[in-house]
Amino acid sequence: MTDNRQHRPQTRSLNIGDELFKNLTRFFAALILVLVVLMAYEMAVQSRLTWNKFGLSFLVRSVWDPVQENYGALPFIYGTLVSSFLALLIALPLSIGIAVFLSELAPPWLERPVSFFVELLAGIPSIVYGIWGFFVMVPWIRSAVEPALSSALGSLPLFRGAPYGVGMLSAGIILSIMILPIIASISRDVLRAVPRAQKEAALALGSTRWEATRIAISYARSGILGGAILGLGRALGETMAVTMVIGNRPTISASLFEPGYTMASVLANEFTEATSDMYLSVLIEIALVLFIITIVVNSFARLLVWTVTRRSTQGHT
Amino acid sequence: MTPHGRVEPAQADHPARQPRIVAEKVNAYFGTTQALYDVSLTMLDRSVTAIIGPSGCGKSTFLRSINRMHEIVPGSRMTGRILLDGEDIHAMDAVLVRKRIGMVFQKPNPFPTMSIRDNVSAGLTFGGVRNRTVVAEIVEKSLRQAALWDEVKDSLDNSGVSLSGGQQQRLCIARALAVSPEVLLMDEPASALDPISTAKIEELIYELKRTYTIVIVTHNMQQAARVSDQTAFFYMGRLVEFDDTKKIFTAPAKKQTEDYVTGRFG
Repeated sequence: MTDNRQHRPQTRSLNIGDELFKNLTRFFAALILVLVVLMAYEMAVQSRLTWNKFGLSFLVRSVWDPVQENYGALPFIYGTLVSSFLALLIALPLSIGIAVFLSELAPPWLERPVSFFVELLAGIPSIVYGIWGFFVMVPWIRSAVEPALSSALGSLPLFRGAPYGVGMLSAGIILSIMILPIIASISRDVLRAVPRAQKEAALALGSTRWEATRIAISYARSGILGGAILGLGRALGETMAVTMVIGNRPTISASLFEPGYTMASVLANEFTEATSDMYLSVLIEIALVLFIITIVVNSFARLLVWTVTRRSTQGHT
Repeated sequence: MTPHGRVEPAQADHPARQPRIVAEKVNAYFGTTQALYDVSLTMLDRSVTAIIGPSGCGKSTFLRSINRMHEIVPGSRMTGRILLDGEDIHAMDAVLVRKRIGMVFQKPNPFPTMSIRDNVSAGLTFGGVRNRTVVAEIVEKSLRQAALWDEVKDSLDNSGVSLSGGQQQRLCIARALAVSPEVLLMDEPASALDPISTAKIEELIYELKRTYTIVIVTHNMQQAARVSDQTAFFYMGRLVEFDDTKKIFTAPAKKQTEDYVTGRFG
């Protein structure tokens, strides 16, 4: 196959419409960058009070005392990261299972409705998840899941303590349900895109269906990873549902049963109460931290996808 | 059943060969479209059977029904019997059939996420062979058989797709040989390759027929004439003629065959 890009004439286009169109789209693209930079700048300016008082130590302090104007962001950072990664841990294997079923095994009459419901999950407003989580899931976790976990795995610090129901575990589970449709539908699409020749190569070697599926998953892994990252991105920023089930207590605890707090939740809960300049600047700084963490996680994920893709297609496009 | 290791090359040059694969009245369908009509064909041990015919004549479908790859296409089915050493392949586990009947595809399809070594040993891993020394021996032996060892012995950890097209196809042949099949099916194995790589693959087929029973589908009639002992001509899903290659190309019994091999149609 020939690459048209190399044969395109290098002469400059004289068509004014083309030039205009090119510059217009260039402008729109630049707008995104400008917006991101402006947001970061604005948040940095507005949080100057906090920065001046606490500096970098703000990120590692775990005090939260609005009365004494003494603040630290660590419990929120911890809560955000732990609940999100917990969600990913639960959602990723489930999503891959769903995706494999939908792309490889399900007969068409079953595949379409199941796909539809998976995608439907993504469209449910997060407040609905929150209400359901609070009134249905949390009581169930309190009375069934947490007692069972602590009697079976109570020797681990992760599953110790009183079964409150609201807490890190509930947040992780509700988040996992919310990110599952994204990861599952992306994984399904990338698995479907695996060339038939790959699966046939495995089958012709005398592989079982399961082994051929593993070959397909391996082929599609960078796409699945990309889906997982999108899911993680959503989990990091998710606010309402988490706020309703995590317990909203700024503490750091080894146990997943204990309540926690996330950056997004503290912003949603406390910005109306932030009466002093200091309090407001603290919240804006937390927003800035969340902003940066999201960017870092996404960049890291891009890097990961890029390395995996590059390694797997060396010398081959 | 003759274990292939035992055969002396001198013996292999004589045509007193046993039937290895026997197809009896094979009909194959994709949904309501019939692709094969009552094809009966006997493929002999340690010989090369070429299947020729114009595009869409069912030659690939026939090849894929021999190792039960036809049935993985949704909506496909077949009737008739295919016997491997007298045993009906549909009475056997499909996984076992495919271990005994290896396949090389038209386009090289190495596993891109695996190294050269892991590509060759992929089938062994499916079979549960995990002993490292054994695997390393089989990998080397298979790559030598596929005439690729000298080119890749210092780069076994590189990705399988870092090789050239011709090398990738020989890698796929090595991968198929590693599970020690008795029969090797080749679906236009050289059609995506340059002339030099094609020549290498043809040489390889000539070497491999000492130990393996080979069935090759090809578009290229010179190739069929060069590498095969018997040739089957398919047209519109039917087997038109099947005979010694020399006879097919010099004195075919049917007019249709003659028109095709002399290039008058197809």
